[in-house]
Amino acid sequence: MTATPLLRVEDLHVSFSLRREGDWPWTPLRRLHAVNGVTFDLAEGEVLGIVGESGCGKSTLARALIQMVPATGRAIWEGKTDLLSLNRHAMLKYRADIQMVFQDPLASLNPRMTVGEIIAEPLRTHHPELDTSEVKLRVKELMDRVGLLPNQINRYPHEFSGGQCQRIGIARALVVGPKLVICDEPVSALDVSIQAQVINLLMELQRDLKLTLIFIAHDLSVVKHISNRVMVLYLGQMMEMAAGRELYGNSQHPYTQALLSAVPIPDPVREREKVVIPLTGDLPSPFSPPSGCVFRTRCARAQGICAEKVPVPLPGDHLVACHFPGPAVV
Amino acid sequence: MPLLEVRDLGVSFATNDGTVNAVNGVKLRLEKGETLGIVGESGSGKSQLAFAIMGLLAPNGTARGSVKFDGQEILNAPPAVINPIRANRVAMVFQDPMTSLNPYMRVADQMAEVLVHHKGLSKRAAVSECVRMLDAVKIPDAKGRISLYPHEFSGGMRQRVMIAMSLLCRPDLLIADEPTTALDVTVQAQIMQLLAELQREFGMATILITHDLGVIAGFCERVIVLYGGRVMEEAPVHPLFAEPSHPYTRGLLRAIPRVDHEGAVLDSIPGSPPNMTRDQKGCPFAPRCEFAGDDCVEALAPLAEFAPGRFRACNRSLEEIA
Repeated sequence: MTATPLLRVEDLHVSFSLRREGDWPWTPLRRLHAVNGVTFDLAEGEVLGIVGESGCGKSTLARALIQMVPATGRAIWEGKTDLLSLNRHAMLKYRADIQMVFQDPLASLNPRMTVGEIIAEPLRTHHPELDTSEVKLRVKELMDRVGLLPNQINRYPHEFSGGQCQRIGIARALVVGPKLVICDEPVSALDVSIQAQVINLLMELQRDLKLTLIFIAHDLSVVKHISNRVMVLYLGQMMEMAAGRELYGNSQHPYTQALLSAVPIPDPVREREKVVIPLTGDLPSPFSPPSGCVFRTRCARAQGICAEKVPVPLPGDHLVACHFPGPAVV
Repeated sequence: MPLLEVRDLGVSFATNDGTVNAVNGVKLRLEKGETLGIVGESGSGKSQLAFAIMGLLAPNGTARGSVKFDGQEILNAPPAVINPIRANRVAMVFQDPMTSLNPYMRVADQMAEVLVHHKGLSKRAAVSECVRMLDAVKIPDAKGRISLYPHEFSGGMRQRVMIAMSLLCRPDLLIADEPTTALDVTVQAQIMQLLAELQREFGMATILITHDLGVIAGFCERVIVLYGGRVMEEAPVHPLFAEPSHPYTRGLLRAIPRVDHEGAVLDSIPGSPPNMTRDQKGCPFAPRCEFAGDDCVEALAPLAEFAPGRFRACNRSLEEIA
């Protein structure tokens, strides 16, 4: 990394005190480590994809960055401010720079507000000095930009389809001119044909507005399509991180390899030829993750050392948290 | 005689917003031991098609047409006719394994119920048969885990329980409605592999309903593409993916980002899926189709065979959409 990264995340931890399923009301709460020591840099204008299976902590990681969940560690914004150390009031200033697009397009829009009000809300919060006509102008401009008709400004969310609601969500995130947009599964609730429209829109906006994106998804094909760099999470820990092409073409971590081999390919010839690397067993409980490498209980390469020592990735562009990295053995 | 023959099946629902025609004039044939994929986006009617076949439509739904199972008419049949067929000869696996298992019953009890009811087995014999079936779907320690409640299983394991339950009576036909949609990719791969093995082993005909063309590509011999409640295209799996003959199928295949390709801009299909409350006389895909003309809005071309085993419903010829 040459220039100061837009965001530098160091040793991020998020844990929740929860009652485990089946516990009695009087049993002490247990700690669930949702994100465990994640470190990464985010360069300006970059698209970082975060993939992993459900429960791996990918959404929690994103939410921690904007203090939607309490976290420890450091998240240095533009080389100066640690976002995690700010209080509510001080954080507000940075909220305009970091915006979020959520998974469920309809649930993330207030059903009692018109589209115009929804998109204008961040603008009113962060720029109270703007008068009504300026706000309206800006809202209409953005609606046009994301492919909504500006004359639909007085409609309510239920009058729009899922894809259009996601466009509203994107317009709301962009209205304050953020530097970083965190997209948490923005297309997983959409149908294939609509999904492609939203992906294209996001890529176009990212390029034109020079946005930095954190793109979270469980669909590896979508992440591959949109990201420059991809991070693979498992049980709250980073397993592998590399440039997109490198990760998909030359993955070194057994978990990434298993994940990639499981993605169905819409081509009967290839789909029937490919070898799926099986993952045996279930995901371990996040309340009591395995010692050492968290993936070792399901890993074909696991040996004694994996239970004792947490693998630390060697510094470089291709980070692999594994004691025995290497290409897939089939 | 085909195992399942569906002719001119229509499903409509009376709602406050008017009549919704979820399925229109669908016909399909399924031979013994065949695997058929039904692919479509949400609202294409793929699930309602399955529910209509099984007689499981919601109270406000009505089905028209004909569904013959092994020569016997089962559409809108009274319970006395359809109940011996359901579960015994036709079984269904649903999308969400949590809501389709009874949370108050131990797995042993709800599984054994099927055999006690349909086969007249004693409870003890039924449970031991269930353990054998849980073994077959590769649940580790089946004997110990059969007395657990559904919430004590992970999502993938629950779906295995559902599959085991549906296979208890060795059905001739299994209808799997989005069996892996709620699951992670690695679990999905395991479940699809399991379904393929069981399908070969038991030799049952299978209808796989999904929106995921990748899953279809790996599992099915023949595929039906639904859009707006109508069949757009029907073909064996290889030609469907290699040379799709309908503009919708073609658009769908181009709109999918793939892990095995380098991506540029995706070719998205403009517009959004049709509003099913409106009465459609033309092709449901016409408003989004780059080849559509006035004739497409007026009338839908009938599903016609243009090559052996390949059917398409489109006013434009293959040359015109090339």
